[in-house]
Amino acid sequence: MATSLPTTRTGERERSRRRRRTLLHRLDLRGAPYAFITPFFVVFAAFSFYPLVYTAWISLHRVELATMNVMEWVAFDNYTALWQDERFWNALLNTLTLGALSTVPQLLIALGLAHLLNYRLRGSTFFRVAAITPYATSVGAAALVFTMLFERDFGMINWMLSLVGVDNIDWENNKWAAQAAISTIVIWRWTGYNALLYLAAMQAVPRERYEAAAIDGASRWQQFISVTVPGIRSTIVFTIVLSTIGATQLFGEPLIFGQGPMGVTGGADNQYQTLGLLLYEEGWKNYQMGRAATVAWVMFLLLILVFVVQRVVKRLASRRASSVRTS
Amino acid sequence: MTTDSLPARTDVRPQPSRSEPPARRPLLARLRPGAGRQHHAGPVTYLLLTVAALFSLFPLYWTMVAASTDNTRVSQTPPPFLPGPHLLENLGKAWQDAALGKAMINSLVVAGVIALSTVLFATLAGFAFAKLRFKGRNILLMLVIGTMMVPPQLGVVPLFMMMTELGWGQKLPAVIFPTLVSAVGVFFMRQYFTEALPDELVEAGRVDGAHSLRIFWSIVLPIARPPMAVLFMITFVHAWNDFFWPFIVLDMTNPTVPVALTQLSAGYIRDQSLIMAGALLGTLPLLAMFVVFGRQIVGGIMQGAVKG
Repeated sequence: MATSLPTTRTGERERSRRRRRTLLHRLDLRGAPYAFITPFFVVFAAFSFYPLVYTAWISLHRVELATMNVMEWVAFDNYTALWQDERFWNALLNTLTLGALSTVPQLLIALGLAHLLNYRLRGSTFFRVAAITPYATSVGAAALVFTMLFERDFGMINWMLSLVGVDNIDWENNKWAAQAAISTIVIWRWTGYNALLYLAAMQAVPRERYEAAAIDGASRWQQFISVTVPGIRSTIVFTIVLSTIGATQLFGEPLIFGQGPMGVTGGADNQYQTLGLLLYEEGWKNYQMGRAATVAWVMFLLLILVFVVQRVVKRLASRRASSVRTS
Repeated sequence: MTTDSLPARTDVRPQPSRSEPPARRPLLARLRPGAGRQHHAGPVTYLLLTVAALFSLFPLYWTMVAASTDNTRVSQTPPPFLPGPHLLENLGKAWQDAALGKAMINSLVVAGVIALSTVLFATLAGFAFAKLRFKGRNILLMLVIGTMMVPPQLGVVPLFMMMTELGWGQKLPAVIFPTLVSAVGVFFMRQYFTEALPDELVEAGRVDGAHSLRIFWSIVLPIARPPMAVLFMITFVHAWNDFFWPFIVLDMTNPTVPVALTQLSAGYIRDQSLIMAGALLGTLPLLAMFVVFGRQIVGGIMQGAVKG
């Protein structure tokens, strides 16, 4: 008896432990996945989703930086004020032109660079790392360096241009020169990065397609146009979308270029003020948080517009492609 | 649609991992240099690539040159092309004038914490999305992908109010908390697990009676070390270079490096070579990282389109 008691006890304990274990096991199978993804969604909801939605609410109020808990309902006053504000249209236009000037050449150069990197190379690692080194440079540092290179009187770029007989260009005060210079900073920082994305996609294009095209007598260039580019089309769309998002948010480059942190006006005549700069100026220089929220929300609407356009274009393109295939 | 483009798989519907075609070439094989086309490069290719490399590297080289001369030499034409004798002296002065010491520590803390937490949470969520079964998985994954398209900058006004309310204005948590997770990171890790973690391993862990966290800890983490390292580095770069939000919420008494750098051209110092010295200092930590881990970073970018 003295010996059997402990064994029945352990048996019972064993059984209840097993029961608890299956219960825990089931709980674990059901619950663990949610527990694993919860941190992401909690942080996203708190610091991204909620602020975005709340921005819309704030944009319907008059809120000042010094007294942020006092919110005065003004309905759509901020929007009508913005609509009538010349600075807004100027900033919108600048955002679009700067976006085009920085995105289009960037992606085209990236495509060419990726094509070159896709050859069998000696030192391919060197060329790849060299291509993305600018990506390691912060906006702050890059903008400072390029401000120097684009300096009117002693800058490297004007000096080089003078060698081929071009007069000094005022890269800061001339509107288009300034926008070209700022776009150069963006292009410099991001081209290599995009090239690597294209390169990855190019390497996944089946070799047979090239062989088939070669048999059809396609030249290298024709192969590039008819095999490579269609083969990496979805990556191209992806980079267009990402660059567009980046372009609508352009802030650091025009802020620091020329003027340093006081440059919220984007040049003496707002010649390169973007929507991002206008947002900052309204909120943190003019102390009108409601107005700033309005600019942010307009930027968001702009992005949605871009996505809709992209969707439509994509659909049209695929419809055309399928009609070509069936004909 | 074929899976012809690694990074752009955002439009691919999430599929249950079991139906993944087994014959797919492993990720690394597809990324080997020259895996796609085998043409050898001619001299023109090398020439063009060298020009491209020059464009990439010259501004950085010139930063070093300008930082090593003095103000008068920088503002002469033709501009200097070779380094001068004042590099260390200028670096020291810039370090003090822009309070870069504090900024470096701040950036290190900010980027380090953000990268660590991004990697941890992305690995957890990526694993769950790739290898665990649960209700609503596909919808939630679509939600994650959707959030990639929303730039966090647009919420800065309420975010600023929130941080002021919390008493975090001008403090590092204000910069750290909003970026503790990244949708791109989750997607990146999910891709990796879908392709590289066999279901059998997870099943084997289950048979041995391990609970999910245990499986995660002793099976998943060891396998996921390489992509985690890549994600860490790329997130670190982004967090280190992040500008808009830190510029708004921090001030010059407690800046990160990019915020402190704006100080350099703010009129405190007009000395151009000092400005360049500061720019160089602020870039050096990441440059060092690129020199040492360049190959891994390149591989990481090519695998996953990690753009913050």
